Amino acid sequence: MESVYLAIVLAPLLAAIVAGLFGRVIGRTGAHLLTIGAVALACALSLLVFKQQVIDGAEVFNQAIYTWAVIGDLRMEVGFLIDPLSALMMVVVTSVSLMVHIYTIGYMHDDPGYQRFFSYISLFTFAMLMLVMSNNFLQLFFGWEAVGLVSYLLIGFWYTRPTAIFANFKAFLVNRVGDFGFLLGIAVILMFTGSLDYYEVFERSEALRAATVEVLPGSAWSAITVACILLFIGAMGKSAQMPLHVWLPDSMEGPTPISALIHAATMVTAGIFMLARMSPLFEYSEVALSLVLVIGATTALLTGLLGIVQNDIKRVVAYSTLSQLGYMTVALGASAYAAGIFHLMTHAFFKALLFLAAGSVIVALHHEQDMRRMGGLRRYMPITYWTCLLGSLSLIGFPGFAGFFSKDGIIEAVSEATRPGAGLALFAVIAGVFITSLYSFRMFFLVFHGQERMDEETRSHAHESPWVITLPLVLLAIPSVLVGWWAVGPMLFGDFFGSTIFLLPENDVLGRVAEHYTSPLGFLLHGLGSVVPWLSLAGVATAWYLYLHRPDLPGLIQSRLAPVHGLLVNKYYFDAFNERVLARGSVGLGQGLWRFGDVKLIDGALVNGTARLVSWTAAVVRHLQSGYLYHYAFAMSIGLALVLGWILLRG
Amino acid sequence: MMPGILSTLIWLPVLGGLLLMLLARGGMASQGGAAPALPRLFALAVSLLVFALSLPLYFGFEQGTSQMQFVERLPWIERFGVEYFLGVDGFSMPLILLTTFLTPVIILAGWDVIRERAAGYFAAFLVLEGLMIGVFSALDAVLFYVFWEAMLIPMFIIIGIWGGPRRIYATLKFFLYTFFGSVFMLIALVWMYLQSGSWSILDFHALPIGLTEQVLIFLALLIAFAVKVPMWPVHTWLPDAHVEAPTGGSVVLAAILLKMGGYGFVRFSLPITPDASALLDTFVIALSLIAIVYIGFVALAQSDMKKLIAYSSIAHMGFVTLGFFIPWAIVANSGGTDGISLGIAGGMVQMISHGFVSGALFLCVGVMYDRVHSREIGAYGGVINTMPRFAAFMVLFALANAGLPGTSGFVGEFFVILASFKAGFWYAFLAATTLIIGAAYTLWLVKRVIFGAVANEQVAGLTDLSAREFLVLMLVAAGVLWIGLWPQPLTEVMMPTIENLVDHILQSKVPE
Amino acid sequence: MITLAHYLTLSAVLFAISVAGIYLNRKNVILLLMCIELQLLAVNFNFIAFSRFLDDVAGQVFVFFILTVAAAEAAIGLAILVVLFRNRRSINVDELDSMKG
Repeated sequence: MESVYLAIVLAPLLAAIVAGLFGRVIGRTGAHLLTIGAVALACALSLLVFKQQVIDGAEVFNQAIYTWAVIGDLRMEVGFLIDPLSALMMVVVTSVSLMVHIYTIGYMHDDPGYQRFFSYISLFTFAMLMLVMSNNFLQLFFGWEAVGLVSYLLIGFWYTRPTAIFANFKAFLVNRVGDFGFLLGIAVILMFTGSLDYYEVFERSEALRAATVEVLPGSAWSAITVACILLFIGAMGKSAQMPLHVWLPDSMEGPTPISALIHAATMVTAGIFMLARMSPLFEYSEVALSLVLVIGATTALLTGLLGIVQNDIKRVVAYSTLSQLGYMTVALGASAYAAGIFHLMTHAFFKALLFLAAGSVIVALHHEQDMRRMGGLRRYMPITYWTCLLGSLSLIGFPGFAGFFSKDGIIEAVSEATRPGAGLALFAVIAGVFITSLYSFRMFFLVFHGQERMDEETRSHAHESPWVITLPLVLLAIPSVLVGWWAVGPMLFGDFFGSTIFLLPENDVLGRVAEHYTSPLGFLLHGLGSVVPWLSLAGVATAWYLYLHRPDLPGLIQSRLAPVHGLLVNKYYFDAFNERVLARGSVGLGQGLWRFGDVKLIDGALVNGTARLVSWTAAVVRHLQSGYLYHYAFAMSIGLALVLGWILLRG
Repeated sequence: MMPGILSTLIWLPVLGGLLLMLLARGGMASQGGAAPALPRLFALAVSLLVFALSLPLYFGFEQGTSQMQFVERLPWIERFGVEYFLGVDGFSMPLILLTTFLTPVIILAGWDVIRERAAGYFAAFLVLEGLMIGVFSALDAVLFYVFWEAMLIPMFIIIGIWGGPRRIYATLKFFLYTFFGSVFMLIALVWMYLQSGSWSILDFHALPIGLTEQVLIFLALLIAFAVKVPMWPVHTWLPDAHVEAPTGGSVVLAAILLKMGGYGFVRFSLPITPDASALLDTFVIALSLIAIVYIGFVALAQSDMKKLIAYSSIAHMGFVTLGFFIPWAIVANSGGTDGISLGIAGGMVQMISHGFVSGALFLCVGVMYDRVHSREIGAYGGVINTMPRFAAFMVLFALANAGLPGTSGFVGEFFVILASFKAGFWYAFLAATTLIIGAAYTLWLVKRVIFGAVANEQVAGLTDLSAREFLVLMLVAAGVLWIGLWPQPLTEVMMPTIENLVDHILQSKVPE
Repeated sequence: MITLAHYLTLSAVLFAISVAGIYLNRKNVILLLMCIELQLLAVNFNFIAFSRFLDDVAGQVFVFFILTVAAAEAAIGLAILVVLFRNRRSINVDELDSMKG
């Protein structure tokens, strides 16, 4: 099987290298055929692996491929761990990636960087696969940073745009703040378990639980809590949790296909995946899980609110992504790892769909992204319209859609959770349902319904996108609608994940939910009995009322609630704080240290000061050099007398 | 064992360089205009030959032992017991290979650029190469000291003749700083000779020394090596020297000369004065962490590309000294010796990696400087539009500088951070801030220079890399990626030596 | 009876006078030369006195050496003085400060 796994990883890598280095030789068609072929191969093989792992119940594969370095007893290796969790992630990654590859043919059609783009997204597929298939922390970190790198390159794909290169710089730095914590987390784990291999670490987690780390003098923290919090900081960076979420909305400066692939479906879910993978550690740290729960809840609620005031179509979807990532994090914090991963999967499909649909609209309107200059597109783009509607319904958790099952699973699990922060989380996820449907359908109505607000020139050119764009939309719409029916049973309540996800008996919230689970239909009916679906319908109705029925109202509400609106438009002033205080503060600190510390103190006072001191001493001492012979002679005899006197007196 | 291989590596380039200088006097001197072809071809041929001859050092290296290999030992000044004593172990061998690998690269980098007195320029680099190999392979303290000081001469000449407008100030500062340091080292070496009756560094290792004397020796050596590394606060010569040096000078300075300091620590300070090191390790660790954090912020404030990279070098070398001096803190904090070899290996890998990465970044700045004749960041912007290939290399090296996994810059920092956590949470915390600060100053540089729209007419008129420049950057990029993707061949040869050192430094040398 | 102490006292007095002469004299370089001769004389006195009282001729041999050197020195010193006077038109000690730093 090893060769199959290697093929899955290496096919996109080789395609990326060839398309990147020899793009001019193989041409545009060659580049997309090659990379699509490679990713299709990876996707097919991933499905095969998925079948073996999940349906045939094959043994978990855990083996090193090559030894990266050996230092003393510590072996650092590159290897694969293939179990249901990684098999699922492989399928999600490669299938969404394949859709995006196809879509890119249409979306990037006129771009001069065509081959480069294909090279990057194939490279991304490679890096993401390395991340999810890893069996150790070193490779996890490698994939972690590699996807960050490709994200950096792709956000700045249009490198002449100042906003794009600002956004990619910002994204890299914010992610680095997360990686900073992540690396320290790995260091804690290495210190107490002496290994970087997942299984060995999990086996020795006893040592982590027993040990303490003195973070502040005199206060010893449990090592496992320190490790988990640090790892979670890494996840906060990559999965854009508050307050490290600031990079994700800006990352929309990149081309839309990568917003779908990287910044919605796959890379940003790496943090969720990692936490689920680390469940054997997190389970033992109630503190860390509470933190996860609270951060996730805050993100889910607050970033959703921001989605309501955005006018850029991609940014609405981006804030929606943030909010949904918050949902997944809440699920993890409630120890409902399976629910988090389930939502990750459904979200990957419907959010990729929404992004690609948004991209389709953007292409049709000649790269217009402002929803205030859209409207009534339903007539021009029927396929985009319908697929986007399905995606939105799935996103808001409309009963029966995939998003319903996964989101309801999370809400049910949170309602069973008892750890500190669960109350807040329950409020956040339920209020989030209303907010989600409000911003989703606000966008939907503004884009596809109502007045046509674009100019005449654009309107005359508006038309449905070519098949390479609509085909992925249709293909993604299918799982967005249906996957829940199949997956809810095994993933949430069955033993889909087997031993991959570890749960302490007292934390088994999904098990408690499962007590009244019978079938997907039963789950659906049970859900209908709660307030949740009605809240989401209320959100749709509110959006309809505000943006179609009484389009004058939003403006009025805005002016009435000016302070709130200002807060939202300024994104709670996170960006302002980061730019004015942190960024400028750092540069200012550097300037200060340099001009005062280096130039004045060390160079001025010490180095050149020494030189000046020598000159000054010489200037003083030269006055002794009168030039008169008798002065010298006098000094000589005095000196002679002193030396003789000293010798005599000393005895 | 091939007898004489180290001598060949030392004297072949030195003699080649001297010969080149003599020939240059005989009418080959350039009169401006195009550089004459012969000197550079000659220099390239010699350096390539040296590289080829140095390969047996790696392939013939006996792994699994910490003994000195390829040893040559002849009496030199018998009256004082001075010997001509050469040999390499897992510390020096990779550094010698780094030297022989980078010298042809440096010569290629100066190929068309140096027009004035080109023969002298190439000759100076050849002589320098031989002397640097001498430093890394000398096992006799006098021989080591002679190479150590002699090395200053070609470097002094390179900066002083082919340097920028403030080259006199820079060379004087460079010379006085390093000379100041090495005088203290001389005193320590003489003292140890008087105690042991031998100049052999290996005998110094076995010499029992009282604690007070150890502290004095340690401080004397620390001054010498700290200036070379350079550690905060004796680092201010480096930015000036880099700014004024020609591209080749900057590369050799950053890539190899700085390694002398780190090498000195593992060859002298740690094994000779373990008790003093244990006593004063917190002091050195503090200086290293200051270098990492403080200098990182200083780098953020630079507007001159070379200065920025120079400061970044200081910050990265902080990891070397941090890795070398955490053993006692690890023992004190964790009670075990796990992680000590990880830290030392991290320091060593970081030295090699930094040789490639900082060298490559200076080469990149050189490529731009040759075209635009400015080092100011503000003079550039949107270089990627006119030099896409160059931009790809520059981004690669910048990411390596920011410690991206898969590039060599990651490996050493990763090891040292993991090891320093065992010494204490805050050590690792401060060291790991480089992930953020390092990325900030490096990628901000990339953002301002490489990305963006074409900033001015000069950038609009840039031509992409020539085949020669492409080859140069390609070679270094190969090194960067190799160490990043597979450091095992490198760590493998170092491990026995590192483990031997670890055993050595954990035993007290204070006589009973 | 004239003891060693008398000789030594005389010699010390001579030496002191000559030393005082060197730095009290502000006018004439020739005087300096003469003072130096006087110092040598004081030393010679010691040598001879010790030679006589210790009954060792080595001291007297040394005196001859010193006399020879003193003669040569005086010759060279005077020659330098002549050249100096030719160049500077003065042998006034106060004006001879070209060694000033």
